[in-house]
Amino acid sequence: MSAIIHGAGAATALSTFNFKTLVAPCRTNIPGRSKRCIVAAGSDDDASKSFGSSILTVRHSQKLIANAVATKADMSATTGTGHELLLFEALQEGLEEEMDRDPHVCVMGEDVGHYGGSYKVTKGLADKFGDLRVLDTPICENAFTGMGIGAAMTGLRPVIEGMNMGFLLLAFNQISNNCGMLHYTSGGQFTIPVVIRGPGGVGRQLGAEHSQRLESYFQSIPGIQMVACSTPYNAKGLMKAAIRSENPVILFEHVLLYNLKEKIPDEEYICNLEEAEMVRPGEHITILTYSRMRYHVMQAAKTLVNKGYDPEVIDIRSLKPFDLYTIGNSVKKTHRVLIVEECMRTGGIGASLTAAINENFHDYLDAPVMCLSSQDVPTPYAGTLEEWTVVQPAQIVTAVEQLCQ
Amino acid sequence: MALSRLSLRSNPFLKPSTTSIRRHVSTDTTPITIETAVPFESHLCDAPSRSVVTSSSEILSFFRDMARMRRTEIAADSLYKAKMIRGFCHLYDGQEALAVGMEAAITKKDAIITSYRDHCTFLGRGGELVEAFSELMGRKRGCSNGKGGSMHFYKKDACFYGGHGIVGAQIPLGCGLAFAQKYSKEEFVTFALYGDGAANQGQLFEALNIAALWDLPAILVCENNHYGMGTATWRSAKSPAYFKRGDYVPGLKVDGMDALAVKQACKFAKEHALKNGPIVLEMDTYRYHGHSMSDPGSTYRTRDEVSGVRQVRDPIERVRKLLLSYDIATEKELKDMEKEVRKEVDDAVAQAKESPVPEPSELFTNMYVKDCGVESFGADRKELKVTLT
Repeated sequence: MSAIIHGAGAATALSTFNFKTLVAPCRTNIPGRSKRCIVAAGSDDDASKSFGSSILTVRHSQKLIANAVATKADMSATTGTGHELLLFEALQEGLEEEMDRDPHVCVMGEDVGHYGGSYKVTKGLADKFGDLRVLDTPICENAFTGMGIGAAMTGLRPVIEGMNMGFLLLAFNQISNNCGMLHYTSGGQFTIPVVIRGPGGVGRQLGAEHSQRLESYFQSIPGIQMVACSTPYNAKGLMKAAIRSENPVILFEHVLLYNLKEKIPDEEYICNLEEAEMVRPGEHITILTYSRMRYHVMQAAKTLVNKGYDPEVIDIRSLKPFDLYTIGNSVKKTHRVLIVEECMRTGGIGASLTAAINENFHDYLDAPVMCLSSQDVPTPYAGTLEEWTVVQPAQIVTAVEQLCQ
Repeated sequence: MALSRLSLRSNPFLKPSTTSIRRHVSTDTTPITIETAVPFESHLCDAPSRSVVTSSSEILSFFRDMARMRRTEIAADSLYKAKMIRGFCHLYDGQEALAVGMEAAITKKDAIITSYRDHCTFLGRGGELVEAFSELMGRKRGCSNGKGGSMHFYKKDACFYGGHGIVGAQIPLGCGLAFAQKYSKEEFVTFALYGDGAANQGQLFEALNIAALWDLPAILVCENNHYGMGTATWRSAKSPAYFKRGDYVPGLKVDGMDALAVKQACKFAKEHALKNGPIVLEMDTYRYHGHSMSDPGSTYRTRDEVSGVRQVRDPIERVRKLLLSYDIATEKELKDMEKEVRKEVDDAVAQAKESPVPEPSELFTNMYVKDCGVESFGADRKELKVTLT
């Protein structure tokens, strides 16, 4: 998507702040719109491969609930029955539906086929679609990522799985130079509709090399989009959107979130790739987060509500580009921002987001943007130490109290 | 125009079919069989026959195309020295036989992917001279709209996938192209070209393993010009028999300065790949220029070596001798052809020099597909602003 608009001031707009000039991820440019999830009308012959077109009808309307949990109950209420499943099953469902819909979609990765995927995301797909569409690769991230990109240049839509995001460091050259740049350097001749996905983040004592947060390394690569899923609902929606997108998308999953259970709609739906999710509306402070930290934030929110604070929690979901529209609206309302992320302090997503908010919404802030991130250390093995490398709910509560003084 | 000539040039390794030859018209397609000078060396497969079936029109087209490629590279050399081409410029002169020989054996639906030494491969795939020079000079008319440069030539409609700057990174891409061809069940192959330097990259072996495992129609072609920038092959490779490096994958070593041998090998390789999976070709070739325009090419090899190869193995001279001895053309006609080609190239250069540079808004186009009508600012907030559509 577009570059983040920096200095939207450019001396002009700050006093007459027009949100329409900001990054507008949703087609419908309604100020203060509350529609979050776009439900597809379910037509399979839709020739339009580009997700960005406005053919999808918006069906879900969000009712604002002032409790500290995600609006799961609300969704199933409006859409009827729905079915309950775990996050990895939601990913699998999304993947399966897309593979049914489009024969160009294939999956490649280590142990995705016969083994069923190390986190069971691709379970059963090899039996259904065969070995040519669900490919077990040997252990060579550089090569199979390159192969996926080469195949994408001809029109296939591979979904490349890194068994752990950390392994994709071996494929960094392919992701950066070929995946991100080929559309540009070929003058638009080639599109690279790949999805690169895998689990990352700090798990349960997995050790330093298996607890990496690659979103901070990839965020500078021009030409790619990055999204992070956090609930079964958005996992399925983002997976489908990423596959349908003509741009290369990196979908970050989290090792500890695969067993989350939620009820998701029966009908087909997609989540917007560039949009943030309003988890809990509030008045006092905006808390921006993504992936696993969303749950730490929500836990802290319970405590904060008891203490009389009213935090607004936004799951930014889109790590590149940032949904400055939603974020901006929120900042205008609350005037305080706390970013809670799992990335390292140095050069993480939070660092970029802090810079973006400061540049764009400086006049709306009553306090400096605070960013809680993981410590700049390799993740230790010992459980207690590992706990202290990531942000804990207690720290979030303290930070909010500090900001709201 | 044609005068029938009865004199034959004697040539030690050429055996013309009859003793008295009438003048062949340049559009004559009756098959001629010519034997290659150097035998093929094979690994895990039977080498193809040394007798190549060709025709006078084909050999004449070889000459013309190679002359055009040679002149293009020389023109690029002078443009670089005149600072009209900037950055890196890797020239292919000396290796032209590879490009033309390969094209003669395949169709435009077979895919080719190569490294940064891609100007002549692009021309061989049907790229226009004007597009090539415009791209080199960073003009809008270029094949990548001026945004790619010397190392990023692409031609999608001719299945030419570039043009890659990072050594060896194109090999997994090439195997991916072969995978897509297999996936779509079309009977086409992919030629992934790389150099002797890239032959030591791990991703080559990774990709080769997958290609062999999945029976992909991938042909890996090592353009062995004996130097990886400044390092000779004997200093960089423990096993300089690149065609054998596939281990379980068959290989063939070819005289890369002989366009007919290249054609034969590529034809053989295509048939092999469609039936039996990947094969490695090693093309023994040579580049006259240095690695790039920043490299004089004389610090790691002697001038005698370069001129020696130019005298004995030059691909264009070889084809010229063929044409003369088979009486397909006279010396004068060939010289005229070269003059025509030179003029063609000069015209293209002039045209490219006139063509405009890309608009400032082009900085932000083709970042994403369908950027959804969002505004984007550049470094100077007031100047470079574009709506991404």
